[in-house]
Amino acid sequence: MNSIFAKRRARLLAMKSLREHYVPVGSAAVCPRCGKESGHPAVAQNLFVCPLCGYHFPVGAYYRLSITLDHGSFRELYPKLAPQDPLSFPGYRKKLEAAQRKTGLNEAAVSAVGTIDGRRCVVGVLDSRFFLGSMSSAVGEKLTLTIEYAWKNRLPLIVFSASGGARMQEGILSLMQMAKTSAALGRFDQRGLLYISVLTDPTTGGVTASFASLGDVILAEPGALIGFAGPRVIQQTIGETLPEGFQRAEFQMEHGFVDAVVPRNEMRDTLSQLLRLHEKGGPS
Amino acid sequence: MNDRLTAAERVAIARHPQRPNISDYISALFTDFFEQRGDRLMGEDASILGGVALYHGRPVTVIGTRKGKDLEENIHCRFGMPNPEGYRKALRLMRQAEKFRRPVITFIDTGGAYPGLEAEERGQGEAIARNLMEMSRLTVPVIALITGEGNSGGALALAVADRVLMLENAVYAILSPEGFASILWKDAGRSSDACELMKLTAADLKALDVIDEIILEPGGGAHLARAITFRQVDEAISRHLAELSKGKQLGRYQKFRRIGTAVPKKEGQ
Repeated sequence: MNSIFAKRRARLLAMKSLREHYVPVGSAAVCPRCGKESGHPAVAQNLFVCPLCGYHFPVGAYYRLSITLDHGSFRELYPKLAPQDPLSFPGYRKKLEAAQRKTGLNEAAVSAVGTIDGRRCVVGVLDSRFFLGSMSSAVGEKLTLTIEYAWKNRLPLIVFSASGGARMQEGILSLMQMAKTSAALGRFDQRGLLYISVLTDPTTGGVTASFASLGDVILAEPGALIGFAGPRVIQQTIGETLPEGFQRAEFQMEHGFVDAVVPRNEMRDTLSQLLRLHEKGGPS
Repeated sequence: MNDRLTAAERVAIARHPQRPNISDYISALFTDFFEQRGDRLMGEDASILGGVALYHGRPVTVIGTRKGKDLEENIHCRFGMPNPEGYRKALRLMRQAEKFRRPVITFIDTGGAYPGLEAEERGQGEAIARNLMEMSRLTVPVIALITGEGNSGGALALAVADRVLMLENAVYAILSPEGFASILWKDAGRSSDACELMKLTAADLKALDVIDEIILEPGGGAHLARAITFRQVDEAISRHLAELSKGKQLGRYQKFRRIGTAVPKKEGQ
């Protein structure tokens, strides 16, 4: 029985992740960093990392889950949670519907429970295709429910961030999600549970200034832009050009805000190692 | 009472150069203020002022963003826009408040966290995030008062409180109306349109349950009759502090937990 469900879940995840066409099937992928073209199969086999220069293409939430969790272990949490238009902001509903149609997602956050090398964990993922992964009330609510689910079940938590920051159309309510998610992590932390934050391109604004920066361990994908204020705003403030590599993952590691920069093809093993290292009473 | 002002007019009053700043509130409402400086990690940031003082004879920790009265003072305190050191100093003082069982009272008037190169190098995002988490679990009463502008995470980093009070003409928002207009419409000139849409006035925020109480200002704004403003603020803080000291509180976690929960949850698991 179990294996039938596992197979069904694996197929569901595979189908959902196939719909996430950052690099559409059948077309060539032009790397925005080296400018060279690679065929879809070469990029896809390389986990959507440019085989020539190592640039990490952004990937969708379901794809991320499919390369992180054990085959067939994925079970989605709170899939129906969807955004509202709490401030009746002109044009917001239409834009939401368009984003939902385009991505097949209800919101920018997807949560799941599953296993990595057999160890259970809860994983939240932000998807930058949906409103640039920005923090709406629904994103804040989903992540908070996910954090609460993890502490109620005493499971480690992993969150992959990718966000432009606040959801402008939800104004102050977006800001309040920073307090809500951080407070939930405060409680999670007090229960002695492990939280791994993984920063992917881009992680900025209110997400950097809340849950993304609060991991016991903070990992980042190579080259990811990570910061509070955006580079354009900073450039305007100081009136000079920013140094090469400013606010990139490697810069954040040198400045003490990231434990390790981990390439995509090593991420699952690194997470697995961290889960093993944090098992109560040592690894079994 | 200022019933008929537009949101943009309130923004202008909130930014008025003569509007009372944190130093004014400290000298009007507190005695024996002892300023504490530095984050014990990197440096001192004058854009946040904090220390211990007596409030009606009771020791409290008071912390707030500082805007200057003139250009020189404003350059010194970066127009009230903190660097990470400022937030880390605030956190140090809040932890001391916890140790000595003192209530924390914060005053907020900031255009936001400073968007500078060095602020980023020293982890502006991490400093704000840490404050949000740690403030949410302080066990002493915390009252936040938004006195002028409360912009972005830079304001929220001092506002995870049991009670969030707001002066009538203060504004509290995700970012400045100019920033909002330039992000959404690529046109900072449309800031007055933004003011109307952003729901940033005290009345809007009370209706959204983001703040607990509006403190009325004299006609034309707080700067026109300071004594009245101070009396109103004093009355509100003492009343809330008395309530919180009796243990009358929802709990800070629940207070922030319930914001933005109005979303369908058909398959809650």
